[in-house]
Amino acid sequence: MHSEAAIREPLILGHRTYHDITQDIVGPIEQKAPRGWYVLTTIAALIALYGVGCIVYLLSKGIGTWGLNKSVDWAWDITNFVWWVGIGHAGTLISAVLLLFRQKWRMAVNRSAEAMTIFAVIMAAMFPLLHMGRLWLGYWVFPLPNQFGSLWVNFNSPLLWDVFAISTYFSVSLVFWYIGLIPDFATIRDKVTKPGMKKAYSILSFGWTGNAKAWTRFEEVSLVLAGIATPLVFSVHSVVSFDFATSVIPGWHTTIFPPYFVSGAVFSGFAMVQTLLLVMRKVMHLEAYITRKHVEYMNIVIIVTGSIVGVAYITELFISWYSGVEYESYAFINRATGKYWWAYWSMMTCNVISPQLFWFKKLRTNFAFTFFMSIIVNIGMWFERFVIIVTSLHRDYLPSSWNMFHPTWVDAGVFLGTIGIFFTLYLLFARYFPVVALNELKSILKTSGESYKKEAADHHHH
Amino acid sequence: MANKVIYAVYEDPEQLKDGARKLVSNGVSVKDVFSPFPVHGLDPIIGVKRTRLAIASFMFGITGTALAVLGITYFMIWDWPMNIGGKPSQALYKNLPAFVPVMFEFTVLCAAHGMAITYLIRNKTLPGMPARNPDPRSTDDKFIIEVRTADNHGHSSEAITDLLRTTPVFEINERQY
Repeated sequence: MHSEAAIREPLILGHRTYHDITQDIVGPIEQKAPRGWYVLTTIAALIALYGVGCIVYLLSKGIGTWGLNKSVDWAWDITNFVWWVGIGHAGTLISAVLLLFRQKWRMAVNRSAEAMTIFAVIMAAMFPLLHMGRLWLGYWVFPLPNQFGSLWVNFNSPLLWDVFAISTYFSVSLVFWYIGLIPDFATIRDKVTKPGMKKAYSILSFGWTGNAKAWTRFEEVSLVLAGIATPLVFSVHSVVSFDFATSVIPGWHTTIFPPYFVSGAVFSGFAMVQTLLLVMRKVMHLEAYITRKHVEYMNIVIIVTGSIVGVAYITELFISWYSGVEYESYAFINRATGKYWWAYWSMMTCNVISPQLFWFKKLRTNFAFTFFMSIIVNIGMWFERFVIIVTSLHRDYLPSSWNMFHPTWVDAGVFLGTIGIFFTLYLLFARYFPVVALNELKSILKTSGESYKKEAADHHHH
Repeated sequence: MANKVIYAVYEDPEQLKDGARKLVSNGVSVKDVFSPFPVHGLDPIIGVKRTRLAIASFMFGITGTALAVLGITYFMIWDWPMNIGGKPSQALYKNLPAFVPVMFEFTVLCAAHGMAITYLIRNKTLPGMPARNPDPRSTDDKFIIEVRTADNHGHSSEAITDLLRTTPVFEINERQY
């Protein structure tokens, strides 16, 4: 059997057998949920319900209930959209890119990161739909034959590219996730004894057998899906950045947007994974699988992508001066020193300065500090989108059109609502789905499990 | 003599591979293997051929590209060319760069879903299918070799069982079918 270098830290702590892994992951699904789960789900569901109320109000009254005005005609809606899509980037990155790089540590985190991706993309997709005002006409974004004359959607427009990018990304991520879930559902099906549960997981597992040919196909599908999901994940946020970059608004018209947005997305996505997993590993007792090393690996990704984002901010600033375009340089000076200086400096502090603390090993291996930082990063990334969108719009070419954006309670309620819906979905996932890719983890148990590594090392010394 | 199916249950994928190797080298053909996770290096031993799913995915992908090119040409060039800021709208090749993102996304969409559907059909894993693994422990911690006497006319079930006993097998189950 091929063994792993002793210098690599174990990915599964303590002594575990294959059966222990099944027990540790499926056990919580079989038992009654802990009280904490009911408390959290109730809070999340109440916030979600409030959000649904705000959405119903918004749809019945119209977009006028948002704080948009003539100058700032795009604000929280698109900020929230880009923020959620960005968060939705870590899942596919972990499962596809890290699979191609053969990073074994992904196996403990990929399942929940993919679930996060799917829920985050659903939240993101709500904003363009809501901004249409008439939700029921959302299907007009597709090139469907219609009775309005030969009226087609515009394939030159980045907004339409977004439709294709987001729907492809969402559906491919969903399929990738589900194909990985099938064998784990089969494990639950074969383990549970309650007839209702057995029936439910039997349907979910699609009759999976786990025979040799099925596993060969499974590995091929995972590899090919990872191969095509990798350019897909990079294309999605590039296309989102085109929404701005192809316009002629100073502050948006920037060629570095695609890589800058993609690294920002990975940055915020990993932060959200940390927020969710640090709570989950404690509540569901997954400390043996989601270890300090896993958290450290993700913090390293955060510092790398955070630094790329920092370089992008400074490049933007430099080029706005170096280009000699006065509108461009005004847009950036205004961001840093104008009326929205507080948003700009919140963004700079949260995204560029504070993640640099992760250079200290003591801090990046500290759970409490990581949790705190993961929240800071996501606040910072929300401000990044707000700064790009609102500060670029609020100073129009004509000073008579200068304006500020004042969000209304509907703006805030809808945003808060999506956070509630997101956490409700995630908590339901954590309760009923295998939160760790347990069968995949079994395949690395004997090479990366702590007790097996120790055994191999002892064997080696004699 | 009734046909028999023999299940050799192992506790470790390496031991299972040793068992499979032993059977095959003694001329016993292995019907199938059931395991909780993929056992690397098993396929050449028991003679499972490489899957062609990747080729299928490529076919679906280029079909997607072709459909996207055809669709966009129809919508944007033939049926209703739009004058947007004087940008070229009369020939596909002149306006192609703006169409690349959708062509790419549609290629990925078709390649991924085409392959996923093919995968589910080929594996006979579809909603409502019953579980068909011989032993519920094969999705937990046991690795099972299935041998059928009908495939091995030169060997009695006793001979196969004796052969299996020389490998680190955990248990052997026999069934009539």
